Amino acid sequence: MKRFIGFVQKEFYHIFRDRRSLFILFGMPVAQIMLFGFAITNEINNVDIAILDRSQDASTKEIISKISSSEYFSILQHIKEEAEIEEVFKKGKVKAVLYFEKEFSKKLIKQHTAKVQIVTDATDPNVANTISNYINSILSNYQEEQNRAITLDYQIVPQSRMVFNAELKSVYMFVPGVMTVILMLVSAMMTSISITREKELGTMEILLVSPLNPFQVIIGKVFPYIFLSIINAAAIVILSIFVFHVPVNGSLFLLGLESVLFIVTSLALGILISTISATQQTAMMISLMGLMLPVILLSGFIFPISSMPVPLQVISNIVPAKWFIIIVKGIMLKGVGISIVWKETLVLLGMTLLFIGLSVRKYKIRLE
Amino acid sequence: MSIHIDHISKSYGKVNALDDISIRVDQGELFGLIGPDGAGKTTLFRILTTLLLPDHGSASVAGYDIIADFKAIRKQVGYMPGRFSLYQDLTVEENLRFFATIFGTTIAENYDLIRDIYVQIEPFKNRRAGKLSGGMKQKLALSCALIHKPKVLFLDEPTTGVDPVSRKEFWEMLKRLQDKGITILVSTPYMDEAALCDRIALIQDGRILEIDTPKAIVEHYPKPIFDVGAHNTYLLIEKLNAYAHKHSVFPFGEYIHYTDQRDGFDPLELRAYLKNEGLQNIHIERTKATIEDTFMELAKQ
Amino acid sequence: MKEETVIKVEGLTKVFGDFTAVNKISFHVRKGEIFGFLGANGAGKTTAMKMLIGISAPSSGSANVAGFDVYTQTEDIKKSIGYMSQKFALYDDLTVKENIRFFGGIYGLSKNRISQKSNLLIEELGLEKVAHSLVGSLPLGWKQKIAFSVSLLHDPKIVFLDEPTGGVDPITRRQFWEMIYKAANNGTTIFVTTHYMDEAEYCDRVSIMVDGNIEALDTPKNLKTHFGSDSMNDVFLKLARS
Repeated sequence: MKRFIGFVQKEFYHIFRDRRSLFILFGMPVAQIMLFGFAITNEINNVDIAILDRSQDASTKEIISKISSSEYFSILQHIKEEAEIEEVFKKGKVKAVLYFEKEFSKKLIKQHTAKVQIVTDATDPNVANTISNYINSILSNYQEEQNRAITLDYQIVPQSRMVFNAELKSVYMFVPGVMTVILMLVSAMMTSISITREKELGTMEILLVSPLNPFQVIIGKVFPYIFLSIINAAAIVILSIFVFHVPVNGSLFLLGLESVLFIVTSLALGILISTISATQQTAMMISLMGLMLPVILLSGFIFPISSMPVPLQVISNIVPAKWFIIIVKGIMLKGVGISIVWKETLVLLGMTLLFIGLSVRKYKIRLE
Repeated sequence: MSIHIDHISKSYGKVNALDDISIRVDQGELFGLIGPDGAGKTTLFRILTTLLLPDHGSASVAGYDIIADFKAIRKQVGYMPGRFSLYQDLTVEENLRFFATIFGTTIAENYDLIRDIYVQIEPFKNRRAGKLSGGMKQKLALSCALIHKPKVLFLDEPTTGVDPVSRKEFWEMLKRLQDKGITILVSTPYMDEAALCDRIALIQDGRILEIDTPKAIVEHYPKPIFDVGAHNTYLLIEKLNAYAHKHSVFPFGEYIHYTDQRDGFDPLELRAYLKNEGLQNIHIERTKATIEDTFMELAKQ
Repeated sequence: MKEETVIKVEGLTKVFGDFTAVNKISFHVRKGEIFGFLGANGAGKTTAMKMLIGISAPSSGSANVAGFDVYTQTEDIKKSIGYMSQKFALYDDLTVKENIRFFGGIYGLSKNRISQKSNLLIEELGLEKVAHSLVGSLPLGWKQKIAFSVSLLHDPKIVFLDEPTGGVDPITRRQFWEMIYKAANNGTTIFVTTHYMDEAEYCDRVSIMVDGNIEALDTPKNLKTHFGSDSMNDVFLKLARS
């Protein structure tokens, strides 16, 4: 036990004396969550639009004032001709043009139908889609008010409601993803690097030629990272709750347990990587290419798995992060308990045991 | 018998790192493994410290078999790999304490053994190992290898990259450790360090050239050696190589070491030849063979 | 016979913060001389050499290398010198020929000249069989010999060698020194930095640096006589102790 404590103490010295690893450990989680929370977002805010109003009557004016008073849009300019639409898009100043046909009010009252066209710049399809949805909802809002006032028509106004993330806040979606990435990075990459560093330094030779058995060496190397990863996971959850007001609808305790399970999975992967790489550089490359990319691309973090081609959907099943993200989303956003996510938990547990088994088998008591 | 190496061979792919090596090292002996880089010294050390398995042959250290009893050996030996394997970001004291801890001991318990060495670096005990000079790193690495009071000490090129003053001190320390009954196997590429060992093995390309005391090895040199000098070294080498009776011509510092094929070689004859070839300030003098002369003579065969 | 001075150093100094790495050193090296530049690790010899090869600007003092000033004509210096170090000499993952072509190329040799030189070099070193082998697969001693030849490709006036023969087997080492003697005999000046004292014995003259100062400068023979020693190693020990 004394040996173990001595070993762990040494590991902490390494971690706290290396600025680079300290930054990865504590800077990255904060930086990433802030980045995803504030900068990379699907929400729209103060989008510049242009208006082409052929009628200039009471109705259009009211709609325009409704739009400009919303926090989502600001009207940058008014244009006169249809031909100008393309031009303003090319200049890139506006993201959408609202085109009211002639005699809008008249048609609306007499024929109960008038046309307004929403032209959006679809070079960024997500944003275009969101903009058109927002404008649509403002329009239907207006229509509803009018109908109520006139009580002329019985009209079905389609209304969709987003559940679990009613405000479509993208940060809600990113928190589970960021948490997964961070835990993977810290656990797998940092452990694999710290083990290969000993190989590079030649100190692994001395450790092997000591009464420590290899299992003790591994546990000693891994233990500090379990500890640090838990702190990280907690930091991410606390940041999400207090800065971004992401709700944790389910049990925090369960979330904690599942995180520990995922941390162990990642550590086992880290050990596995260290057994096959001889230098820190290789370990870092394998961790980045072999772990980070699948976590970002194939886990459902950024791209929905259901819209991937079938082969990729199949491959995504072997990415541990996929299962962890499902679990975290379930607990945080849906508030479900273990009775719902037991399957995913079991898959993760199975993977963990497999990785541990593999790395124990691969770990050498000698140099080759 | 402290180290017993019996017909050990080891190859990496096509390269024969060790080819049928047999060495016996007695209890308390300071034994040197002398050879250039790539001779197989490190491979042999790794086999003896149970880090590698030999392809053929067997060996025992402190009475334990290197394969069957590898765990027992790991408790008994101290090992200092080449390039001082220390934790650069840990201080001198932290390094030493760490190695003491993993061997289940404390600095205080075996301080006697390392005192002579450690006092020299103790003033710097709060300095990070990465910031030490080569000589200090070497002393710290040795302290770390000794902290668990090993019976056998393996030192792989402990003096490489260290300045002459530290090298000299290091060998003095080894002599004192030997007096305490520790068996020491040390490797070095420096031929001049060979004379400081009790016995040496000359090794090149994975083969043992000779094993004996340094004195005997030098005395066994088969031919008289002459120091030859002249005003132009390059020309001298060229002319000596062109001389019909030469056996070997090797630059040796300021002189050329020359041996002749014939038993009744007359230096005057050589002098006349060189003079005739246009060399000036000719100097020819009988000299003693060194370990390096022997090494080259054996390696040539 | 050897009159021309190719390295002229007067009061050369390099200061890092409040640490003086090189303290007003002065020496001359003659054409075709094998000059040993010795000192323990950290004595300042690497810093001094970096100034001479034009990759580090001196704090004060003057130095002239191959006729060029180390302050203003560093590009000219780099063209007139060759450099070889034990740590990096050749690319292990290129073949012998590819290495020669590469280094010939960076020194601006014409294609014809490179192929002519490379054939000559391969023939001289007896490398016909391994010309197309990766350098990494060759024994250390061979690599060192090839590296030295490569550093001579562009017919430099001065070749700087950094611990060229440490760890090399004794016979190859002799062959290496024979190559050095030959180059020197052809008028190339050889500047060897090393902390291996036995390498020093081969030099025409050696300087010994201790803590940024040149403490001794003479032929190995005179130094040994002066210090009453039988080897340069002993000379060094005596100097370091005083």
